[in-house]
Amino acid sequence: MSELHTDHAHAEHAHGAHEGLSKKKIWQVFGILLAITVIEFIIALWAIPGGHMSQHIGNYVYIILTLFKAFYIVAYFMHLKYEKIGLQLCVSVVFIFILYFIVLMLIEGGYLHLHMPLV
Amino acid sequence: MSSLSQLDQVKTTPWSGGRSPWSVEYGKIMMWFFLVSDAFTFSSLLVYYGSQRFSKFTWPDPDLVFQSVPGLVDGGYPLVFVGIMTFILIMSSVTMVLAVEAGHRRSKREVIWWMVATIIGGLMFLGCQAAEWTHLFHEGFGWGKIPPMETLHHLFTGEVSTVSALQFSNLFFTITGFHGFHVFSGVIINIIILCMTINGTFEKRGHYLMVEKVGLYWHFVDLVWVFVFTFFYLV
Repeated sequence: MSELHTDHAHAEHAHGAHEGLSKKKIWQVFGILLAITVIEFIIALWAIPGGHMSQHIGNYVYIILTLFKAFYIVAYFMHLKYEKIGLQLCVSVVFIFILYFIVLMLIEGGYLHLHMPLV
Repeated sequence: MSSLSQLDQVKTTPWSGGRSPWSVEYGKIMMWFFLVSDAFTFSSLLVYYGSQRFSKFTWPDPDLVFQSVPGLVDGGYPLVFVGIMTFILIMSSVTMVLAVEAGHRRSKREVIWWMVATIIGGLMFLGCQAAEWTHLFHEGFGWGKIPPMETLHHLFTGEVSTVSALQFSNLFFTITGFHGFHVFSGVIINIIILCMTINGTFEKRGHYLMVEKVGLYWHFVDLVWVFVFTFFYLV
């Protein structure tokens, strides 16, 4: 019993000491987030108004860039990349429901767009 | 005795019992699950926004609605003000992660300063949001309220729809309001953690795990803003 207890205490100590992000990595991730935001601004203020990119394509690009930003925030700032795979799966797989909900509601919206009187 | 030690030998994988399989502290796991549920709330709000937008044949153009920098210029600068707000929030996320990093080294002084920087960032964001809301209120927007028809003509690129404008207005104030409320409570929690740090509570505890937990919440608020920014201001 006492052996188990010391084991547990040891594990806790090991966790307390476990590595965080280095300062260099933090500023690197900040640079990436800033760069992605700048790209979004270039698309919004130059590419689309200038006719270099259609709004339709732009929307897809925006969403992909947003998902990249979300990945960097969750993986590095929220440290999820360094957690155990069990926790990673637990907090990410559930978003399948949200994906389903997005598809469902956008199809519903599209249907209303075609079938409702113009208001 | 020998059978017991054999059993002990079997228990080595994370899920075979005797220790925490994720080796994450209880409070941190609970914070993660709270954030997942909160993400669901924000997702449902944004999904509703999307379905409304898909169902309407016209929608206010964000580049025309958001083109002023409150207090400086009244038009002609789309996205500039919200760009400043986004930068402030990302910057405060960085200072938060630096506070967490200082906590790992148990450097009380550094944690205090990075927490102070994070709180200032949060307050600046809230100030910007207040300025933007005030500006939109003056234009005639509000919950259940839209500007008169002659103003609306300048906010749509194509045809004008009062129903679309109303949905836009309601959803804008509800979603950014809900996000702003999260920023506000985040600032309050950060202030509490700052006071505890100054009091030396975490120094006595021997770890700064609480800073990590509020850090998770603060990054989540930043994460939500990334999505709000995309779907309200860009798309």
